[in-house]
Amino acid sequence: MEDQIYRQELLDIIRNPSNRGEISKPDLEARAVNPLCGDEVKLQIKLKSGEIVEKAVFSGNGCAISQASASLLTQNIEGKKLSGIRKLKGNDILKLIGISPSPSRIGCALLSLEVLMEALGKVKS
Amino acid sequence: MSIDVEKIRTDFPILRREVHGKPLVYFDNAATSQKPRQVIDAISDYYSHYNANVHRGVHKLSEEATAAFEGARKKIADFVNAGDGRQIVFTRNATEAINLVAYSWGRKNMKKGDEILLTQMEHHSNLVPWQILANEVGAKLRFIEIDENGELRIKKEELRKYLTPKTRLVGLVHVSNVLGTINPVKRFIEEISKFKIHNSKFAPKVLVDGAQAVPHMPVSIQNINPDFYVFTGHKMLGPTGIGVLYAKKELLEEMEPFLSGGEMILEVDWEKSSWNYVPWKFEAGTPDVAGAIGLGAAVDYLNSLGMKNVREHEKELTAYALEQLSKIQDLVIYGPKEVEKRGGVISFNIIKNGKVAIHPHDLASILDTEGIAVRSGHHCAQPLMKVLGIPAAARVSFYIYNTKDEIDKLIPAIEKAKFIFKVD
Repeated sequence: MEDQIYRQELLDIIRNPSNRGEISKPDLEARAVNPLCGDEVKLQIKLKSGEIVEKAVFSGNGCAISQASASLLTQNIEGKKLSGIRKLKGNDILKLIGISPSPSRIGCALLSLEVLMEALGKVKS
Repeated sequence: MSIDVEKIRTDFPILRREVHGKPLVYFDNAATSQKPRQVIDAISDYYSHYNANVHRGVHKLSEEATAAFEGARKKIADFVNAGDGRQIVFTRNATEAINLVAYSWGRKNMKKGDEILLTQMEHHSNLVPWQILANEVGAKLRFIEIDENGELRIKKEELRKYLTPKTRLVGLVHVSNVLGTINPVKRFIEEISKFKIHNSKFAPKVLVDGAQAVPHMPVSIQNINPDFYVFTGHKMLGPTGIGVLYAKKELLEEMEPFLSGGEMILEVDWEKSSWNYVPWKFEAGTPDVAGAIGLGAAVDYLNSLGMKNVREHEKELTAYALEQLSKIQDLVIYGPKEVEKRGGVISFNIIKNGKVAIHPHDLASILDTEGIAVRSGHHCAQPLMKVLGIPAAARVSFYIYNTKDEIDKLIPAIEKAKFIFKVD
């Protein structure tokens, strides 16, 4: 089981995560905490012409699964339209990180999606 | 005399199961304990043979159920040396017992400007109810700090520093669920009662949270002499859904009910009602009869082992685990180093260059694949995690059925996690 959860690519991401950091004056920003473990993810997004994600970054701390999924998700949405991003579902995130966590760990994997949706909720449409 | 662990293990059906193809190693006893056949049978026997509502029926089954329910109350009172059963109120758990005190005693006796003194090592259950009360009445919370050994930073003379003439309540955990620290509650309560003579008209009332103490060591409430003492059944071999509030009789007499309805009344008219005698005044509605009977059976089981022996067994396991764990490079253990000062709870992290190198959740997932159940996270003590400067910790906690062999399985499993996460 652990070979699936902690596959090598995921561990490499943890050691050197892409899109980790903060940007000044983001257009969108949201933060959430997983009450189960205290995992924390903050996402910041810079938009181009109001509807395309130009840059997305994450910060916070938590377990390998929550931090890797935040890294992969922020990479994934760059260059995409908000309308498309809004359609992302939990399964898309699991596909992105390529694992199927046990029920108690699903929340870790989906935390960054939750934060992303909250950030998108702040867009004036 | 010591306990016969191999014999004990045969009493616990769950210990025969496998997890991920490996024999279960259950090290999450501070969260909840497993249940022996004797407890499961007592509950099933009640439902199979004398299930009835208590107190009101005059038929045979109701009489039997009432006798078993009240008999359990008496057994539990004897187990913690709490006088007659009249000072034992059944609640759902320790959390509800604390909420009962905050609601029924707190709202009547606390006012704006009063102070509640807690410690930095309280579980959320002995923090949040007081936050709500403090916000409601305008009272202030103060906290006794912990030192680098995970003990309360308090010498005899320093306790006075925290107490003021406005301190109305002191909330104190008996054994910390994170650090394992056994607090000197008896000495504290003696100090606090002296404070009355010197500085104030009233000594503050003291509530002791014994959720991690009563299951693991001999506890005599009359010897400790708190005003309130709470604990829960499911951490001491009993079922979930049954907890205990002990309070001094005069306090129970003067306190208003917490919940109201059936059971807790003497007389009811359209406009007003009068309250039942204690403890039933605080037990509105049909109580958890099966839960109380199950907890009574758990107490019988623990009595048959002897609580001194239970404590000795856990001390031995804890000493062995501390020794083995400290051989693992980069492993940091929280709480007192001396086994006399701690219960069978060990929280730890893998720390490299000052940072948590394997998040406790990841560590717990890897241990799970080896069949080892440990807790990871903030352990319902988020402010304490901030004091320790960590987001979370992994925790192993022992009970009567755990063995040194099981600890021997834990060590290579942690090394395996370090290997997977390349901590070297």
